[in-house]
Amino acid sequence: MKVPLSWLREYVDLPAVTAQEVADKLTAARLKLESITSYGHDVKNVVVGEVLEIEELTGFKKPIRHCRVEVGEATPREIVCGATNFAAGDRVPVVLPGGVLPGGFEVGARKTYGRMSEGMICSERELGLTDEHGGIMVLPPDTPVGADVADLLGLRDDVLELEITPDVGYALSIRGVAREAATAFGVPFRDPADVELPAETGPAWPASIADPTACDRFVLREVHGFDPAAQSPLWMRVRLARAGMRPVSLAVDITNYLMLELGQPLHAFDRSKLTGEIVVRRARPGERLETLDHVVRDLDPDDILITDGSGPISMAGTMGGLATEISGSSTDIVIEAAHFSATGISRESRRHRLVSEASKRFERGVDRELPLVASWKAVRLLAELGGATVRPGVTHAETEVEPARIAMPAGHPGAVAGLTYDRDAVVRRLEQVGCTVTDGDDPAVRRGGVDPTGVVTGGELAAKLAVTGDDMITVTPPSWRPDLTDPNDLAEEVIRLEGYDRLPSILPKAPAGAGLTEGQRLRRRVGRALAAAGYVEVLAYPFVGDGDFDHLQLPADDARRRAVRLVNPLTEDEPLMRTTLLPGLLKTLVRNVGRGFTDVALFEMGAVYRPREGAPAAAPVLGVERRPTDEELASVEAALPDQPQRVAVVLAGEFDRSGWWGGGRQECWADAVQAARIVAGEAGIELSVVADQHEPWHPGRCAALYAGDTLVGHAGELHPRVVEAYGLPPRTSAMELELSRLNHAMPGTVQAPQVSAYPVATQDVALTVPDFTPVADVEAALRDGAGELLESVRLFDVYTGEQVGEGNKSLAYTLRFRAQDRTLTVEETTAARDAAVAMAADRVGAHLRGA
Amino acid sequence: MSDYDPVEVTPLHADEVSRMEAEALDAIKSAGSLDALKQARLAHAGDRSPIALANREIGTLPPAARAEAGKRVGAARKAVSAALAARQAELEAERDARVLVEEAVDVTLPWDRRPRGARHPLTTMQERIADTFVAMGYEVAEGPELEGEWFNFDALNIATDHPARSEHDTFFVGSADSGMVLRTQTSPVQVRAMLGRGVPCYVISSGKTFRTDELDATHTPVFHQVEGLAVDKGLTMAHLKGTLDRFAEVMFGEGITTRFRPNYFPFTEPSAEMDLKCFVCRGASAVPGNPPCRTCKSEGWIEWGGCGMVNPRVLVACGIDPATYSGFAFGMGIERTLMFRHNVEDMRDMVEGDIRFTLPFGMEI
Repeated sequence: MKVPLSWLREYVDLPAVTAQEVADKLTAARLKLESITSYGHDVKNVVVGEVLEIEELTGFKKPIRHCRVEVGEATPREIVCGATNFAAGDRVPVVLPGGVLPGGFEVGARKTYGRMSEGMICSERELGLTDEHGGIMVLPPDTPVGADVADLLGLRDDVLELEITPDVGYALSIRGVAREAATAFGVPFRDPADVELPAETGPAWPASIADPTACDRFVLREVHGFDPAAQSPLWMRVRLARAGMRPVSLAVDITNYLMLELGQPLHAFDRSKLTGEIVVRRARPGERLETLDHVVRDLDPDDILITDGSGPISMAGTMGGLATEISGSSTDIVIEAAHFSATGISRESRRHRLVSEASKRFERGVDRELPLVASWKAVRLLAELGGATVRPGVTHAETEVEPARIAMPAGHPGAVAGLTYDRDAVVRRLEQVGCTVTDGDDPAVRRGGVDPTGVVTGGELAAKLAVTGDDMITVTPPSWRPDLTDPNDLAEEVIRLEGYDRLPSILPKAPAGAGLTEGQRLRRRVGRALAAAGYVEVLAYPFVGDGDFDHLQLPADDARRRAVRLVNPLTEDEPLMRTTLLPGLLKTLVRNVGRGFTDVALFEMGAVYRPREGAPAAAPVLGVERRPTDEELASVEAALPDQPQRVAVVLAGEFDRSGWWGGGRQECWADAVQAARIVAGEAGIELSVVADQHEPWHPGRCAALYAGDTLVGHAGELHPRVVEAYGLPPRTSAMELELSRLNHAMPGTVQAPQVSAYPVATQDVALTVPDFTPVADVEAALRDGAGELLESVRLFDVYTGEQVGEGNKSLAYTLRFRAQDRTLTVEETTAARDAAVAMAADRVGAHLRGA
Repeated sequence: MSDYDPVEVTPLHADEVSRMEAEALDAIKSAGSLDALKQARLAHAGDRSPIALANREIGTLPPAARAEAGKRVGAARKAVSAALAARQAELEAERDARVLVEEAVDVTLPWDRRPRGARHPLTTMQERIADTFVAMGYEVAEGPELEGEWFNFDALNIATDHPARSEHDTFFVGSADSGMVLRTQTSPVQVRAMLGRGVPCYVISSGKTFRTDELDATHTPVFHQVEGLAVDKGLTMAHLKGTLDRFAEVMFGEGITTRFRPNYFPFTEPSAEMDLKCFVCRGASAVPGNPPCRTCKSEGWIEWGGCGMVNPRVLVACGIDPATYSGFAFGMGIERTLMFRHNVEDMRDMVEGDIRFTLPFGMEI
């Protein structure tokens, strides 16, 4: 909302303060300043001149005039001018040499077109008034020569742009802002809506309300004999322009001007284009309307319409119809001022993606008492400025609306704020807002229903929201504050007007909490461990497309292709919610490589979204008047997809860097598997690793990762086709693991080991096994066979070559044995070693090398 | 005494002992390095050295002769051991003076064989905030990112036709009337916390939120919020202010000035915006003529987040009696906090995952 300060001052006696000071007060009162635009403060030496003589200069590409202009000085000034829309005797604004125009544009005396020019004759745009630049500005003939134009035309002004929250429609008007400013400065407020209306002398154009849920007041007034050629006065055009609206024509400007001033949207119909009674109703199936913006709109049965004998003529509160629009020849005008359902207009505006100045106001709530006033002011202005005659009479259709009332203890605002307000202050503040306050409770306020705007004002909910206690007061909010429905709404009004800066600062004492959960601590540990291991965390967008699933080489029936689809994705090629973390990580990897970082290790932790088999397609939207039942809540949960937490890494290039110490080490599948072990280690879980074939991994370099019997993820080198599809560095590796599954497998409290002080006995064994035998199986066999004396197994060499025969490999292990209670004998350790080897022989066909 | 055998034990002869001692001392003296000295120690003072062997023979002497032989051998061993210690000290000093100098390296050589990674500042910022509130007794609550519309809007007093609802540029899921959305705020976690934990309830929660903004320097469709909620008997706006003042102090240092400004949120009533007096220019840049401030854009104040008393309608929807309980809630943007606390100038830096941006933030923030 743009508020010219001069307009504001018309209704409130602001003290001599700067625009910034006004803005600060309004900001503190909830009307937050966005920006201040200053107009004309730099303007200097612009005066009214009378054109005495005009000499047309010839020989130039365009018409040029050399004028003698009387400016109230000793002698007239000579001024060269390129405009031709004025005549000798006209009064015009003149900027004298040394003068300054808006924007700091300095004007001097100079020679041009062969003549001296002592200043300049100005257009409206040059004066910063409007965008009009078709010619120079001709002032009324009675304008005093030599007068200061800046004062005369009100060039100097400051416009406050205020951010208006969606609950307070009243503040989308000069009237509403002026009321707040008056309260903030403690000065009187003159209500622009406070006008005496003529007695209602019968109806104007006939009208009725067919649907009282759509509209509860509908007013029409008429004028005739309007001069369609009449211009809007300068002051009106300037105010409109500075308030951010484009001047159009006098009739339209008047409706806009009054909307800005009062907050009541108005609509003007060309009377000659109306047929029969106007009816406010909802649309009928199949109805269409071409609106002012030349769009033919298919109407929804929920749309609120203004109709006449011909059908729809206007979309209520949103945009008028083209057919009944006033035009450059309209002389008889019907002015509509109405009070429509806020939710109805909100829905209509959203449905048709049509946000207008009118709809913005209606959906935020317009003062129900304004239509009679605003329409009266409109016809008065049409008469005053456009030579029209007001037809006596007014059409006034309405349905009875019970004003909202709220009862609360006078001490409630203080109880909410945490300090004590004088009872008088509470009442005074509520009255400044416009409320009527009476002493005592009114239990009737707790029996209610739903008001026409859809707000629940009573009934069971009102009883639940009721605040009772000593010293009850009953408050009737003013007609312009439909947002005030609950005791806390009133509390806010009192607290904000008393000043939020008065609130004390007290730290409450919360009961002792239990700290972070196991799962929350695990996520932190995993993040730290991966970062310490060299991985950099990224937070990629969770949006993917089918193209990603193709890139990942996922088979057509892969469960990860079943993804949640967005109705309104940001880009058409990423309309799905990720079912794996890898696409985002891989794209981030490519970005880093592209920026010159070829050795990159990244990780991400976050949710994936996996639709549940057989889940309902929709989650019910429950009521809000009570706590939903457990069944109702469960019905929402059932529709939501599974959203487990995952962690994934991708890495490319050197994982151990090369440098002056020699060559580095290229990352490989094993780093990815190790990353999984790091993650699982933080959960206290030792992963079992099994060879697997699973996209997007290299079929020969893919590990399935198990916590006990639960598959928790995969790791390894990516499939070459995936590498190619994403443009990744060769042999990029990746790991993805579902943290939520690790969570379930966490072993709980660590049991302390018994640490033996007896000496260790070490035995090395070299085993020959067939090539394809997984090392993990060999090690498991050794462990199981060695029995409880075994302390550790470490693989220290893997060898293939002639000495072990083709198709075989040799695995060299160090076995360490130790007992809790004695020094082991050679016989004992050898027996344990032999048992280990025997188990390996038995399970995986291992042979002791050299045996 | 009949079995007395007056054996002559050669190694215990006085001159023999002297010879052994002399040899030992000579070897020790001539040991030129710590390694050579180690050899000399083995040869002349070890278990199998001549003196040690001689020592064992003492037992074979007749008792009368033992004392003298013992004395002789003992003195020799003592001399050898003293010489060893002295030479050891000498050689170590020599090594310290010479060898360690020779072994000197250039310690400025780099050794970044495996540079460490880093955690994303948006993650660590959330943790830091959580820690602040956990220390006050709060617990960290969680909820799904793909959320029921009821949780994201209706339960928070944002009815379908509420103008505030259209200000949330919402991602709809499945179909426009599926009743499911990508959460536009972390506030649905409030609802879940109240429904799931009952009262009193002191929780903090943070995470991803979504709105259909295009990515640019100041907007991102996926962003992060943190949200705090306290519901208890007798909570007031003063408690809200006290909590946020403490929070601001922990995040920005002692002496930070805060300001409450009226605002509107459907789920709180009364509602406020929490501003911080710029902790860089202390508000000075807002005065014309003073140098501009990058952190507060010379406004003097920084908008930090929204807050207010939980709207009793929200309490009712969560089954909490507003006549007995009241609550406060607040929410901040994590990106925004990071932007002004750490001078991040472009939102895209937090989104793109360029390692150069993230690495300096390390493990904690």
